[in-house]
Amino acid sequence: MRRQAKSRTGFTRRALLIGAGQAAVFAAITTRLYHLQVSQHGKYDLMAKQNSISERLVAPERGIITDRFGAVLAGNQQHWNALFVKDMAPEPSVVLENFYRLIPLSDDEKARIQQDLAAHPGYIPVMLKDWLDWPDMAAIEVNTPNLPGVIVQAGSSRTYPLDRAAAHAVGYVGRPNQKEATQNSVLALPGMRVGRTGAEAANDLSLRGSPGFVQTETNVRGEVMRVVAQDNGTPGDTVALGLDTGLQQFAVQSFGDQTGAAVMLDATTGEILAMVSTPSFDPTLFDKGVPNDIWNGWMNDPRHPLLNKATAGLFAPGSTFKPSVALAALKCGALTPDSTHTCPGFLKLGDHIFWCDNHDAHGTINVVTALQVSCDVFFYKTALDTGIDRIAAMATKMGQGVDLGSDVPHVQTGLVPTHEWAKKHGIDWVKGNTVVEGIGQGYVQLTPMAQATMIARVASGLAVTPHLTRRVGGVLQPDSVPGAAPALDVDDQHLAVVRQGLFEVVNTPNGTGYGSRLTIPGVQMAGKTGTAQVHNNTAAEKARNFNDMTMAWAQRPNAWFVAYAPADAPRYALAVLVEHGNFGAQTAAPIAHDLMTYALLNDPAGRDKPLANPPPEPPPTVPQDNSA
Amino acid sequence: MNTDASLTLRRPFRERSFGLARKFMRVNWLFVLCVCLLAGVGYAALYSAAGGSPQPYAQSQLIRFCGALVLMLGIAMVDIRFIAKLSWPAWVLGVLLLIAVMKFGHVGLGAKRWMTVGGVEIQPSELMKLFLAMALGSYFKRATPEQTGNFLYVLPAILATLVPMALILKEPNLGTAIITGAVGATVMLGAGVRWWWFALLVVVVALCAPIIYHHLHAYQKARIDIFLNPGADPLGAGYNIIQSKIALGSGGFFGQGFLHGTQNQLNFLPEKQTDFVFTIIAEEFGFFGSVAVLALLMCIVALGYYTALSCNHVYGRLVALGIATNFFLYCFVNLSMVMGLIPVGGVPLPLISYGGSALTAVMLGFGVLMSIHVHRDVEFPEREDF
Repeated sequence: MRRQAKSRTGFTRRALLIGAGQAAVFAAITTRLYHLQVSQHGKYDLMAKQNSISERLVAPERGIITDRFGAVLAGNQQHWNALFVKDMAPEPSVVLENFYRLIPLSDDEKARIQQDLAAHPGYIPVMLKDWLDWPDMAAIEVNTPNLPGVIVQAGSSRTYPLDRAAAHAVGYVGRPNQKEATQNSVLALPGMRVGRTGAEAANDLSLRGSPGFVQTETNVRGEVMRVVAQDNGTPGDTVALGLDTGLQQFAVQSFGDQTGAAVMLDATTGEILAMVSTPSFDPTLFDKGVPNDIWNGWMNDPRHPLLNKATAGLFAPGSTFKPSVALAALKCGALTPDSTHTCPGFLKLGDHIFWCDNHDAHGTINVVTALQVSCDVFFYKTALDTGIDRIAAMATKMGQGVDLGSDVPHVQTGLVPTHEWAKKHGIDWVKGNTVVEGIGQGYVQLTPMAQATMIARVASGLAVTPHLTRRVGGVLQPDSVPGAAPALDVDDQHLAVVRQGLFEVVNTPNGTGYGSRLTIPGVQMAGKTGTAQVHNNTAAEKARNFNDMTMAWAQRPNAWFVAYAPADAPRYALAVLVEHGNFGAQTAAPIAHDLMTYALLNDPAGRDKPLANPPPEPPPTVPQDNSA
Repeated sequence: MNTDASLTLRRPFRERSFGLARKFMRVNWLFVLCVCLLAGVGYAALYSAAGGSPQPYAQSQLIRFCGALVLMLGIAMVDIRFIAKLSWPAWVLGVLLLIAVMKFGHVGLGAKRWMTVGGVEIQPSELMKLFLAMALGSYFKRATPEQTGNFLYVLPAILATLVPMALILKEPNLGTAIITGAVGATVMLGAGVRWWWFALLVVVVALCAPIIYHHLHAYQKARIDIFLNPGADPLGAGYNIIQSKIALGSGGFFGQGFLHGTQNQLNFLPEKQTDFVFTIIAEEFGFFGSVAVLALLMCIVALGYYTALSCNHVYGRLVALGIATNFFLYCFVNLSMVMGLIPVGGVPLPLISYGGSALTAVMLGFGVLMSIHVHRDVEFPEREDF
């Protein structure tokens, strides 16, 4: 018994010691728990919230682009994508097979899908097909039980109601490239688009808006359990352009299937009322991704559908350059309103003969008549007397060959050569170069927009700058405010002389543009034809003159017409170029007539609302006499 | 002797068996209450783990618990002397089951731990710890201090510990093997085996640790590596520890509220209904709730010690000590694992975690513990024949 009692005492001692050890361990665990749960609560609470609340930025809706009257030129629409979440499918390969049977995809697409599936964890959705059409949607809906893991999701895409008609002016959007996405994280958001050309590019920042966010509670697999908070962000501003949809569409129709460009400006503000470049393209394709065959078609088309010829097409201006030459000559005194030159039909310089148009002898004429009949010899001589540097200086004042700082993107400045330029480019400038520059040939190259600027400045005497944007978020842009354009630094009397010449071009029977005079009572148009050679004619061609419809299309001269109206109170200024259209009077002037008539009857300039009673369709073009 | 007489007076049931009703009265009902309270906590946690539903965990666990409670009380009625006679056969059965599980068991979490016997899933390693405590209690129940000081006398007990340890290690289940060894060592300590032998053993193990580490399974090594540096691979193997700590820490003092723990409800917690069930309680009821559960667990351990200390026979004392220690080690390993204090090992939190085999084993042990408590005053015969 004693021994047992002793052993029991020993046991009690040992058991209590072990128990004390265990109690100490419990105390340690409690301390640790206190540390984790109370002391470090803030830290872990934050981690828990980050764990469960995932915040995702949402691309804002891109602002819409309208014409001056509010008609939508670029809007947004929902489209539907089919995505595939591998983890949701018991047998992914079977699901994909089923999907391909419903919606056939190319082998390239299938390979891309396999690659995406391999590259991402199974819970990341992989794009199966973008831009589902209704039959595809219906097919997926009906076959949902066979397609576990296939989800249909909404995306936003750009629509262009005018389609091709305004593709160059309105432009298009594309997905941000890698560089843009790294520089601006907002652009990395799915759904963000960047304006690439036209008004989309000019107003990209205003149109973008600022992103919103969605806070969702997600589980460990990233599946959304519920939306905690949502902010759709600020959609981009609505941008109203100066364009008039009706005029724009009418201009495109006027061109028919001819290649060319036209720009109509408000002569008092420089607002672009219409900007056409034909042929055009489908602007939505850039958002979707351009199919290879279409892209190759564009690239191989000699008519360059992607090029905005109005702003980036460089052409010799031909006789439409003469107003600038005349103004330069009048300014430097090489010409007075009354001084004359005699035209025998050609100018002989050394052993080279420069022919006048049609080899006609215009006789002794002054500058007004020279413009009226488009005498080349008069301007050969005038150019020689003036010199190219003075001509270039005047051209610059008229907005030719100079960067005007317009909001229009991708503008080609063009070239009005100077001696300095020639020296820089190692060109030995001889008198013959000056002679041909007098009629807008040779090195001088300008865009239709530059010519429209020139004629608007001649017409209004204001240094207007062409621009697309009229209002951003409802606010009238400073350069669209009437009276904002500064006066042109050109003598009013000289301008009056040139205007008289341009008036006579259209409104006198001898004028080269008489066939395209307006038929609206009491309103006259002033203008200038231009017919610009595009290749050096051979001696044989020269002997026959180059007006030969049998020449290959690409060899034919470009046809120009620049015009403004009303002649006594200019509001609309217009440049029309028909590529390889032969004579300006023959192809370009009729288009100018139609557009000017439309503009005068609908009178969009300076308005945000169309006329209360829209006039009837413009009268048909007057029959042409091709004796320009 | 006077002391003997007074003992006799105070303990009227010393030599006799007594009626079932009296036995029932002698059950430690405070202990049973604690066990039931913990099972209630477990029900709440499992209800929350299922997102606020008795299915699929809470209800079936409750049914299992009720069955196990009946089993426990049933065993509590069995005379401890009869149980003592079954100690060695139980040990042999345990070893045979361990061998069987290696041959016929099915794999779970990279180890062969489970086997199905008559439709019931059992984990022989869980039972083995109880059987080992019983066998060692039986071995030492009449040992003298001289004997316990004799290494040769203790050697069979050491072997009786090492054999199941080795088998469990082979499963492989390092955590349970260590707990088994610790239970054996505790019982031997209670029996009077020299302290310094164990001190020596700890030193030897510490020295051998690098060699042992070298022979560990890849997943065991990974657990240790991750424990040492959980941030190294936050979404891979270190994920469990990090998410578990976030759950504990986000609970704060009073918790996020029942069914409102984001870590739990949004499935960030791995194996939350089994090994990581404590994180649910900690997240939703905070430090307050965690400490309450810790207190209940401690009560059970303490009541185990109370049974051990108040028991009049060596067998009861040693086995009760072993069972209490086993339960303590369960809690310690699980809680430390959840808090990132020791490497993760598949040890559930007893009475709370979802799962039948661990619950059955623990309740079986508690049955034996209660039998000791009910029969704390019986006298063992000086000799007995096996």
